[in-house]
Amino acid sequence: MNLSVQIGKLKLQNPVMVASGTFGYGVEYARLIDLNQLGAVVVKGIRLEPVRGNPTPRTVEVASGLINAIGLQGPGVDGFIKKYWPFLKGLKVPTIINIWGTTIEEYAEVARRFDALGGVGALELNVSCPNIKKGGAQFGTDVKLLAKVVAACRKATTLPLITKMSPNVMSIAPYAKAAADAGSDALAIMNSYPAMAIDIETRKPKLANVTGGLTGPCIKPIAIKLVWEAANAVKIPIIGMGGIQNAADAIEFMMAGATAVAVGTANFYEPQTVLQVITGIREFMQRQDIKDVREITGSVRTAE
Amino acid sequence: MLEQTVQIVSNERDTDSYFRLVVRAPQITPLIQPGQFAHIRVPTMKDALLRRPFSIFQVRDDTFSILYKTVGKGTDALARLGAGEELSVIAPLGHGFTIPKPGGETPLLVAGGYGMAALYLLAQRSPQKGIAFVGGRRRMDILCEKEVRALDWDVRVTTEDGSHGEKGLVTQPLVAELRRNAAHRKVFACGPTPMLEAVGKIAEEFNVPAELSMDEHMCCGVGVCLTCVIPVKTGDGWEYQRTCTEGPVFDSQRIVWEEMK
Repeated sequence: MNLSVQIGKLKLQNPVMVASGTFGYGVEYARLIDLNQLGAVVVKGIRLEPVRGNPTPRTVEVASGLINAIGLQGPGVDGFIKKYWPFLKGLKVPTIINIWGTTIEEYAEVARRFDALGGVGALELNVSCPNIKKGGAQFGTDVKLLAKVVAACRKATTLPLITKMSPNVMSIAPYAKAAADAGSDALAIMNSYPAMAIDIETRKPKLANVTGGLTGPCIKPIAIKLVWEAANAVKIPIIGMGGIQNAADAIEFMMAGATAVAVGTANFYEPQTVLQVITGIREFMQRQDIKDVREITGSVRTAE
Repeated sequence: MLEQTVQIVSNERDTDSYFRLVVRAPQITPLIQPGQFAHIRVPTMKDALLRRPFSIFQVRDDTFSILYKTVGKGTDALARLGAGEELSVIAPLGHGFTIPKPGGETPLLVAGGYGMAALYLLAQRSPQKGIAFVGGRRRMDILCEKEVRALDWDVRVTTEDGSHGEKGLVTQPLVAELRRNAAHRKVFACGPTPMLEAVGKIAEEFNVPAELSMDEHMCCGVGVCLTCVIPVKTGDGWEYQRTCTEGPVFDSQRIVWEEMK
């Protein structure tokens, strides 16, 4: 049985990774699960300088989901390399580093820094965070800017590039094409969906940032549709994510067109989810007599 | 820190809307330090996904307990569970209280409402007895008074409505006591944030060290999501630190109260 998949030149032992921002820098979960079982570890978004993040409250639980507005708190490139890289480089599975910037030049510079570091599995370009004023979704919801960011990073590194897409667009196809044409090796679909919640007693927004990004099982059908549309538009692999709680959810993403998947919000409440998904995919393949996990990708029968 | 499925030994109403939950967790109990918490997945919450954090109250043999108030979806669902049912628990979590050294400072505990739940183990494990200031709105909100007295501690109760103990806020008898004698004493507190801020300022005024257990809305409980942060002083400024990992217990002098508004 083959579970391995390919993202650009990066080979993963299985198609199950974690979503950036839901897994810290890997080390936090190392005492609860064996990280070497994963397809890859994906770390929280890093820009050049340390980032303080938004005031609290930063998250709020909603029906079958979570709205967050963390504001990409992080240690910056140097802080990350000093604090977290010694642990991550010792893992047997690749580390994918999620990067962002407030300017195109900063994205490219961060890409260059991680290219020079050596040993990084891939870079994921965060052009879709809804919770920061400059950077993030500003780049992912403008097709020309998106192409420029991806092209600039493409020039800066030979590492595989994954573009993490915003769901907040009329049609994802032109964005998917723009990223692919600019040299992205893969797409990660999707980031959180812009959202808001209000406390009716105080009439105040439940997040200090007023709005945030919605994640968790409630966004899964939206993400499935976006993966399916993007898969019909581009040939590069897609990493599907949005509300995956079990293997069935992951398989659904793959049938819609995803080559790999990422577990996100579920890590917060059940850290074993990612391992359960891997086991469940294997069981499904056995039951359905599937020899290669890649056979599942794009196998939805829409034409019939 | 372990993630385990544990069995409920008992889950009973204490007073009013307060409950005590006891679970059997033989691998977790030896690891527990005062002030640490357990992150519990309540299996019957339907569309509410997240775990709920609770201070660990008591440890007895291979069991530990939590003391909780029914305040919302999670605690309501938890209150409906009974003996024999199972829960997924990640524990013990967080950075707890510093247990006083033998012959060291006399501990002064300050608890607001069920804040006493986080302080009981410290009272039990402290080599020297101290004074526990326990405050609440009404008589019903004063928890485990007898149990702390049973440890031979001096317990001083205040209620806002005067229905039990001295009438007023828990900080009043604390100030009176520190005025009497502040030397060689250390404050440990858990309760609502405004109470903690007041306690922190009182400790500073009397030049007494204080450790505060901060209650900030939590999500993952293990340090990845960065939900539960509070502003904490660093060398030349401040940064957001995690209540679940660097805390919940912080040295009160490091908390930047003016950034918490």
